[in-house]
Amino acid sequence: MTDLLDIVANPAFWVAVLRIATPLIFGTLGVLLCERAGVLNLGIEGIMVAGAFTGWLAVFAGAPLWIGVGVAALTGMAFGLLHAWLTVGLALSQHVSGLGITLLATALSYFGYRVSFPKVNTPPTVTPFAPMDWLPIPVLNAQTSLTLFALLLVPLIGWLLYRTPLGLALRMVGENPAAAEGQGVSVGKTRTGAIVAGSALMGVAGSFLTLSAFNAFFFNMINGRGWICVALVVFASWRPGKALLGALLFAFFDALQLRLQQSGDALLPYQLYLMLPYLLSILALVLVARKASYPQALMKPYRKGER
Amino acid sequence: MTLTVLRLQGITKRFGELTANDDISLDLASGEVLALLGENGAGKSTLMSILFGHYVADAGSIEVFGQSLAPGNPKAALAAGVGMVHQHFTLADNLSVLDNVMLGTEPLWQPFSRRAAARARLLEVAQRFGLPVQPEARIGSLSVGERQRVEILKALYRGARILILDEPTAVLTPQESEALFDTLGQMVAQGLAVIFISHKLAEVLRVSHRIAVLRGGKLVAQARSGEATQEQLAQWMVGHAVDKTVRRPARAVGDVVCALDQVRTSGSGRDRLDDVSLQLRAGEIVAIAGVSGNGQVALAELLSGTRRAVGGTVTLMGRALPPSPAALVLRGVARIPEDRHAVGVIGDLPVWENVVSERLRSPAFSRWSWIRRGAARAHAARVEKAFDVRGAGLQAPARALSGGNMQKLILGRALLSPEQRDGKPRTPRLIVAHQPTWGLDIGAVAYVQQQLIAARNAGAAVLLISDDLDEVLALGDRVAVMHSGKLGEPRAADKWTREAIGLAMAGAKGRAHA
Amino acid sequence: MRLERRHRSSAAALVLAPIGAVAFTMAVSALLVLWAGAPVGRTYALLLSGGFGSVFAWSETLTRAIPLILTGLAATVAFKARLFNIGAEGQLYAGAIAAIAVGGLHGGTGIELSPWLLFPLMMLAAAAAGALLLLGPALMKNKLGVDEVVTTLLFNFIVLLGVGALLDGWMKDPSAMGWPQSVALQSDLELGKLIAQTRVHTGLLWALSLAVMVWAIFKYTVLGFDIRAVGGNARAAAFAGVPVTRTVVLTALLSGALAGLAGAIEVAGRTSYVTLDMSPGYGYSGIVIAMLAGLHPLGVIAAGVFVAGVLVGADTMSRAVGVPTYIADVIVAASLIAVLVATLLTQYRVRFK
Repeated sequence: MTDLLDIVANPAFWVAVLRIATPLIFGTLGVLLCERAGVLNLGIEGIMVAGAFTGWLAVFAGAPLWIGVGVAALTGMAFGLLHAWLTVGLALSQHVSGLGITLLATALSYFGYRVSFPKVNTPPTVTPFAPMDWLPIPVLNAQTSLTLFALLLVPLIGWLLYRTPLGLALRMVGENPAAAEGQGVSVGKTRTGAIVAGSALMGVAGSFLTLSAFNAFFFNMINGRGWICVALVVFASWRPGKALLGALLFAFFDALQLRLQQSGDALLPYQLYLMLPYLLSILALVLVARKASYPQALMKPYRKGER
Repeated sequence: MTLTVLRLQGITKRFGELTANDDISLDLASGEVLALLGENGAGKSTLMSILFGHYVADAGSIEVFGQSLAPGNPKAALAAGVGMVHQHFTLADNLSVLDNVMLGTEPLWQPFSRRAAARARLLEVAQRFGLPVQPEARIGSLSVGERQRVEILKALYRGARILILDEPTAVLTPQESEALFDTLGQMVAQGLAVIFISHKLAEVLRVSHRIAVLRGGKLVAQARSGEATQEQLAQWMVGHAVDKTVRRPARAVGDVVCALDQVRTSGSGRDRLDDVSLQLRAGEIVAIAGVSGNGQVALAELLSGTRRAVGGTVTLMGRALPPSPAALVLRGVARIPEDRHAVGVIGDLPVWENVVSERLRSPAFSRWSWIRRGAARAHAARVEKAFDVRGAGLQAPARALSGGNMQKLILGRALLSPEQRDGKPRTPRLIVAHQPTWGLDIGAVAYVQQQLIAARNAGAAVLLISDDLDEVLALGDRVAVMHSGKLGEPRAADKWTREAIGLAMAGAKGRAHA
Repeated sequence: MRLERRHRSSAAALVLAPIGAVAFTMAVSALLVLWAGAPVGRTYALLLSGGFGSVFAWSETLTRAIPLILTGLAATVAFKARLFNIGAEGQLYAGAIAAIAVGGLHGGTGIELSPWLLFPLMMLAAAAAGALLLLGPALMKNKLGVDEVVTTLLFNFIVLLGVGALLDGWMKDPSAMGWPQSVALQSDLELGKLIAQTRVHTGLLWALSLAVMVWAIFKYTVLGFDIRAVGGNARAAAFAGVPVTRTVVLTALLSGALAGLAGAIEVAGRTSYVTLDMSPGYGYSGIVIAMLAGLHPLGVIAAGVFVAGVLVGADTMSRAVGVPTYIADVIVAASLIAVLVATLLTQYRVRFK
């Protein structure tokens, strides 16, 4: 127990929490935008891999860090466009399309990496984002500016969803597309826009790992974080504020299990600690399941003008 | 001086091989209520959907207030002053009244919504037309009548000068319908023009100035409502003289087949059963009237085997009601569900499998979990023939069937049991029919109604649940009204007046008899 | 662009759709070959000959096809009931570990029972392990409405970590010198070779028989009807008297069992050990195979052999020309998307306005 208190009292712990939470915030907000518009985007895992790879590759090729992030966002948008075409344009199964994109994006990224670096064994590195030591706030000043961006994105997306006409249109499209169409809102365009924007955030989530948290691209780097974001969105009841809370809560437990692994006496195999994040995600889903108020049109394809 | 606000010319629309609208030309003047009459499938909704921009016509033009209207664009229609109140409300349950009304009224790229101003304007419009609403109420918590008010306000808020109402009274009590007609009067007095789509003759004559009749996609007649009779309209709608459903008086009513005693089902709100008692006897049709959402679904599901009672008892021929649909079917209960697409058939499976789906577990069609395909197909063929189910054949997926044929499949499945050892088919003991004629054309409606009467004459107990008051009064030997989960005392059909039923549907208690 | 439903689709179209999709995918993947700086024609020729061009190639392909057919069947059974089992990867490993748990040489000799008894016991354990693993997510979906895609996916990671812990601990092979692998399987529990001097083992017969069995279940049994009914329209199925929860449970058990058997058969036929890399994503490939086969159990055989051939061919090709083996994964993933689109085109006509 004192172990626990020691861990939590150490500011380095909270630095780790914020760092672990950042890609989850980006990813969860990305999924949130897609699902609020009524589309499940299971491509997130693959898009995060692709964003991690292309963002890093751009910086490796000499681009400044923020351009790298931009490239990752564009990569996400490209895959988002493909998902939108399949699920909105062609009204195909959102589950299968998303899985296909995850498999494709991952395979393309690994292929691209091997083509670019056929003979290396240790992944080449880049210079990542520097911590924001000009900031007078503790814990925050050990983070990079991407984390600040993530934190600011939460109220921004909240504003977008609840206080702008665009946000209302997006929510309506996820609740009752026929109603939106009848009020002059194009369901196809709105959903596509939401998917592309959400996927851009997913790409950025991936790039955080290669350009900020670490400085190189590894295989199996994403390791299920995308799926965890999907679970977190349900836990967050599709609200940006709760999404931030969920990401922080999750990061808390993830950072905790890492520390416990190190301080424990190897009584339990380390793998059991590593399982904790995944088990927690499943638990979160189960706990929220009963009262989950899904966007009503989520996962229902909308075919305009079909009899 | 009245001006022509709307001119449709030569509108034609095809869906595959079906011509839904065939060269239709129509005018509308301001201050006028034009009724668009026709049976299901005649093309009324299609025509209005073209006007509103949900569909694009293959040929023809539309002029609104003298300006040509861009096709396929609800936004353009709204901007031109055309508003549509859809039959199935286009409202988002999880959002508020104000959200639903405001959607699409502000430029998308505006960085903030002007909610306060919108709220004020909504309240002003609501007051002007006598349609009170609470802007922050969540749609999911509103009654059907209240939701329709929001649906109408959506159009009025945007300054619609032409309002299209698609079957608006389908979900209202008689009193609510009257209130709607008053509202229409107010709109017309303020110079709006209204197109009123309906298949109900009495209503159409009451509320409209002019009537246009569609049949088979063509405009077959137009008349001033003062000059037309119901018979004339019915003849135009169907193309020949119509026989009213003739009903032979009921024979002696037999034993109690099914009895409910103080039954309660779970759930909150109105769609559950609250202390319901009812007796269904052989040779009698008991018809349940009521606005949908007052417990009819619970009653139908209870007797169909898909819902359990949490209090009270239900007996079938003296024994407890079996808990599963398969057992119910074997004991002679025939069920016709409300929604043939969502509940009645499994669209992806072939027609023949859908015919035997309820009886697959019985020895007639399976042995030790192995399906007896030959016997099953033979029975399906018998049903197809006896009930004239037409389509692409027994092997085709059931979703390819038209609405009428799908309903015939469901009827045949329910009413025709597999041949017994002595070669004689059995009639069902109890028929549970939930909106059995919804969405069917006049021919199919008559067919279904005749089948129900024939079954009654053969000794079945029939429970008919219907939104359509005319059907309830025409077919029911006894009629009871459902409201908020409670079932009123059944009375013989001729002892009810429309006014009394209407009041009972709205929940008023203790009215005098006719 | 508009989509208009066709009134009927021909059987020929249903077979041509996946073939057309794959052809399209290969054409597009040629771009990747160019990026890698290799000659396109030679690369594809090597790919095809590596998978199908010689007896040896075929033997490797058939060996690789065995687990793929089984995971393909697992996906087919589940998807037919609209249960999106993405956890076949984890179920495969669970089955493999269960097989070793029952049949492994623990402490030198393992469980001492006649192989006639031990072998079926081992297979049952593997099937049960996979089945029980899927049961949890299936019930969570049925009773609580929790999306099974995410839960089955998360379980993959959990299972792999669990296997890792077991390989480090209780099931560690004492003679492996630190390399994480399990104790070996008792040698008389191994599956014999089907074709001498190749790696093709009798597991292929298991895979083919199970495919036929699943096909028969779908077509001729009440359970098969129930599965198709629940997958087609669960509400209508319930109305017709299909026991929905029981069907979902049986579907999960059957699907998980097939994936678990895939793991056991790999151990018994090919590897004799459980290692953390014994499955290069067979569970996920199984999903693609099921979709390519249009969820038809016999089609899974063809699709499984095809995908196996591409994977094997890519290995050979990569050694010769240097294009990374990941191109096979790209082809498989892109085929999935292409098949979705192609199947849609058999049901809908595209109209450009």
